[in-house]
Amino acid sequence: MIGFAVRRIVMAFPTLLAISFVVFMVLHLAPGDPMAQLPMSVPPDVRQRLRDALGLDQPALVQYGKWLVQLFWVEPLVVIDGWTQNSALLGWLPDTHFSDGYQRVISWQSKAPAMQVIAQRLPQTLHVVGGAYVIGSLLALPIGFYAAYRQFGLFDRVSTFGTMLGLALPPFFTGPLMILIFSIWLGWVPAVYDTTLSVTGWDSLKAQLAQMVLPVLVLSVQTTAQISRYVRVAVLDQLRLDFVRTARAKGAGDLRVLTGHVLRNAMIPIVTVLALGVPSVFGGAIITENVFLVNGIGHLLVSALQASDLPLVLTLTFLFAVIIVSCNIVADVLYRMLDPRIADA
Amino acid sequence: MGFKSSLAALSTLMVLSGPAFAERGADGELRIIYWQAPTTLNPYLSSGSKDIEAAALTLEPLARYDADGAVVAWLADEVPTLENGGVSDDLMSITWTLKEGLIWSDGSAVTSEDVKFTYDYCTHPDAGCAHITKFQSVSTVEVTGPRSVIVTFKTPQPNPYVPFVGGENAILQKAQFGACLGAAAPTCTAENFGPIGTGPFVVEEFRPGDVMTMVANDNYREADKPAFATVMFKGGGDAFSAAQAILKTGEFDYGMNLQLAPDVMAGLAEGGIGKPIAGFGPLLERIMLNHTNPDPALGPDERAVVRPHPFLQEPAVFKAMSMAIDRPALVAQGYGPSGKVTCNWLAAPPAVDSDTFACDTQDIAGANALLDKAGIVDSDGDGIREKAGTPLRILFQTSNSAVRQDFQALIKSWWREIGIETELRDIPASVYFGSDLSSPDSMVKFYADVEMYASDFSGTDPQSYLARALCDKAPTPDNQWQGENVSRFCMPEYDALFETLTQTADPAKRAQIAKKLNDMAVENGMLIPLVHRGRQSAHALSLGGVNLNVWDTELWNAADWYRID
Repeated sequence: MIGFAVRRIVMAFPTLLAISFVVFMVLHLAPGDPMAQLPMSVPPDVRQRLRDALGLDQPALVQYGKWLVQLFWVEPLVVIDGWTQNSALLGWLPDTHFSDGYQRVISWQSKAPAMQVIAQRLPQTLHVVGGAYVIGSLLALPIGFYAAYRQFGLFDRVSTFGTMLGLALPPFFTGPLMILIFSIWLGWVPAVYDTTLSVTGWDSLKAQLAQMVLPVLVLSVQTTAQISRYVRVAVLDQLRLDFVRTARAKGAGDLRVLTGHVLRNAMIPIVTVLALGVPSVFGGAIITENVFLVNGIGHLLVSALQASDLPLVLTLTFLFAVIIVSCNIVADVLYRMLDPRIADA
Repeated sequence: MGFKSSLAALSTLMVLSGPAFAERGADGELRIIYWQAPTTLNPYLSSGSKDIEAAALTLEPLARYDADGAVVAWLADEVPTLENGGVSDDLMSITWTLKEGLIWSDGSAVTSEDVKFTYDYCTHPDAGCAHITKFQSVSTVEVTGPRSVIVTFKTPQPNPYVPFVGGENAILQKAQFGACLGAAAPTCTAENFGPIGTGPFVVEEFRPGDVMTMVANDNYREADKPAFATVMFKGGGDAFSAAQAILKTGEFDYGMNLQLAPDVMAGLAEGGIGKPIAGFGPLLERIMLNHTNPDPALGPDERAVVRPHPFLQEPAVFKAMSMAIDRPALVAQGYGPSGKVTCNWLAAPPAVDSDTFACDTQDIAGANALLDKAGIVDSDGDGIREKAGTPLRILFQTSNSAVRQDFQALIKSWWREIGIETELRDIPASVYFGSDLSSPDSMVKFYADVEMYASDFSGTDPQSYLARALCDKAPTPDNQWQGENVSRFCMPEYDALFETLTQTADPAKRAQIAKKLNDMAVENGMLIPLVHRGRQSAHALSLGGVNLNVWDTELWNAADWYRID
C-alpha cells in the first residue's frame, strides 16, 4: 500500500510539470492583453512601456522558466522565512532571510505576490463552497441510502423529483431567487457577503452564519442532488447481489444487512466520487461567488482571466492541477483500503 | 474664492443644523460598492478607473476639476493663473504653492519635495507609470521653497493644468515611496496597498480585487470632517448586484459604474431607499469609418496602409449611413437617462460642443435619395447598392457587450433599408481593446470597414483628444501600431488648424477652434457619432453631500458626505 502511494506521488511530478507547460503555452498563445483594461486616454506608446515593464517583451520560454524558478524555488524560501520569523512551531529558530532579493510570482493586476492574493481568497471559498460540500454530502448519504432501500416508494419518488429539480436549476437562477425572497422581501439575511467579518463572539458568529446561509444553500442543493443520485445507484447495485440475499436468508434483519453488508461495499464508488469532488471546492463556485459577492477563488480566477493576468492564472490553474492530482491519489489509496481485493499492480 | 467660501459657510450651516454632524466620525460607517473591484491603491500602477476611485479617498492632487469641470485648488493654496503670476507670460512654467500647515495622515509635513518626488516616481525610465502622459510636456520640476515648486514645460502650454491636476495625478509621500522608484515600484506591495495620503480616510486593510476598509484621517485638514468614522469599500459581483445592494436591500450607500438596461435600473429604483444619478463627461459611443482598405486580399502589411477605402470616403455613403440611424431609439434601448443623442465627436464639456449638425431624426427616405443622386444604385438587383462595381458590403466589428450587440443588430437592419449589407462581428473586450500585436482583431488594427466603441479624455481640455485625428497618429505596421487615430483619417487642413490650437491660450478662442475641428472630422467622415454616454451611479437616500463629478473621480468630495437621519 505504502509502496503504491509513493509510486503514485513520484509519478505525479512529471505530470504536473507537463500540465504547467501546457497551461502556460495555451495562455501565452491565447489572444488578450493585460493593458486592455486601461482607460482609452492612455496612449499606445505608454501601453507598450507598461507591457515591457511586466517582462512581456521576453521570449515565451524565458517567461516560463522565470515562473518555474519563482514558484519552485522562491516561494518555498518565502514559506521557510515565514516559519522561522513568525510561527509558533519554528519561531525559536534564528530568523532566516533566504528569499530577500528574489522576485516572487507577482500578479500583474495588483502587483502583489500571487500566493498572498490566493491566501486572502481561500478562507471565504473554504467556508462557503467547502461548507456547502460537507452539508451537501452529509445530506446526500442518508437520502440516497433510504431512497435505494425503499426503491419506488414514496420517499424515493419525492427525492428523485427533488434531486432532478436541484440538478436542473442553475445557481444563476436559484441565487437571485433566494436573494429576492430572503434578502429583499423578508430582509432576514444580507445579500452581500462581507469578507472582512472576523468571528470574535456570538454576535459576529451569528452574522457569519447569516451571510453564509444563502450561498451555502444554493450550492448544497446542487451537491446534494448530484451525490444522492450516486449513492442511490451504488446502494441499489449492492442490494441486488447474491451476498445480500444470502445474508437475508441467514435471517439477518434489514438494519444488519444494510449497515453490515451493503454499506461498506457501496462506499467504494461513493468514496471515489466524494474524493474527486474535493478539487471543485478549491476551484470555487464561479457563479454563486459572483451572485453573492463572496469574492473567493472562483472570482479571482475569472477576474484574472479577464485582465489577462498571466502569472496569477498560471499559478491558480497549477494549484488546481496539484489538488486534482492529489485527490486522485487519495481516492485510489482509499479504494484499495476499502476493497483489499484490488491488489497492488 | 468668494463663491467657495460661501459654499463652505453653507455646508457648515448644514452641518450644524443636524445634531450629529458637527464632529469627525460621528456618522458611523460609509459603505461603497464598486463591482469592478480595485486591485491596487497606487494610481500610477493602476489598470483602470476602479483603482483611481479607490485611491482618491486617501491620495489627493494639487488641484482637481469640480463637478462643473472648473479647476479648483486642492492641496495647492490657489490655482495659479496668468493674472496672479502663477503661470508665466510665455506659458512655459507654472508655480504651485502648497496650502499652509498641510500634513500627511502619519503626522509629518507635506512639502514640495513630495511633489517633485511624485514627478520623479512617474517619469523614472524603468517604471511602468500609467499616467506618464500627464508629464510628457514637462521638462523639469524644481523645488523653490518648502511649499512651492515650479514646473517648466518643453513648449508653451496654453493649458498648464495637466501635471499634478486630477485624481489620477495625486501626490505620493517621498518618505514612504522613496525606495520604490523604477523597477522596484511593483515590488513595494505594502506601500502600494497602503499609501499614506492627505485625504479624509486612511487605509486600514486592502485586499486586492475584494475589499478595502478605511478609518477617518485624524490629521485631515478640516477639523470637523469627514463625518464618517469608517469606510467599507467592497468589490465583486456585477453592476446588477451592486445596484441591488444599494437600491433594494440598502446594504450599501454608494455605487459606481452601474451601467444597466434602462428598464432594469428603473425597476430597481422603485424601492424608494436610494436613487440612480447620471452625469455627462466626454464619453462618446461612436462608429469609426475606416480610411484605408481592409480587404484581406491585400495582406496584413497593406490592409492598414492602402488608401482610400473603396466606398466609405464617398460623402453620400457615410452621410446616408448616419441619416439611416435612429439615435433616440439607440439611447432608449441602451442607456435611458444615462445617454443623450449627439452629432458630435467632441460632445463635452458644453463650451466645446458644436451645434452645426442635426441628427436626432431618422431619415431613411432622405438617405436613399442621397445615394440615388450620387449614382450609387443597385444595378444587379440583389438589394445591395454598388459604387463603381463594388457592392456596399460592410464588416462591422465591436467588443462583446449586450448593449453593443443590440446596437449592431438595429444598425444592420437600418442599413439594409438603404441598400447596404452588413456583416457583424463581436470580439472579446480584452482582445479588441488590447494591443497584442499578434492579434488581427484589435481595435487599432481595424481590419474591418466600420467599428464601434466608446472613448473619452481626462480633464476638460480637449486638445489631446483632438490630436487623435492627426495624420501622423494613424496606427500602421511601420510604427508598430502605436497611434490613436484608429480610423486613419488624414486631412492637411485639420492638421494645420490643430497646430493653431496648440498655440492659442485664450479659452474662448480655443473652444471656437475645437468646435471647428470637430465639424471637420464629422463632415469628412472620420466617424458616425451615436450616443453621448454618461456615468451612472446610485446612492442611498440617507447619504448626503453627493455631487456627481464626471471630470474627476466620483469620490472627490467624500470628505463632505454625511448621513441624513
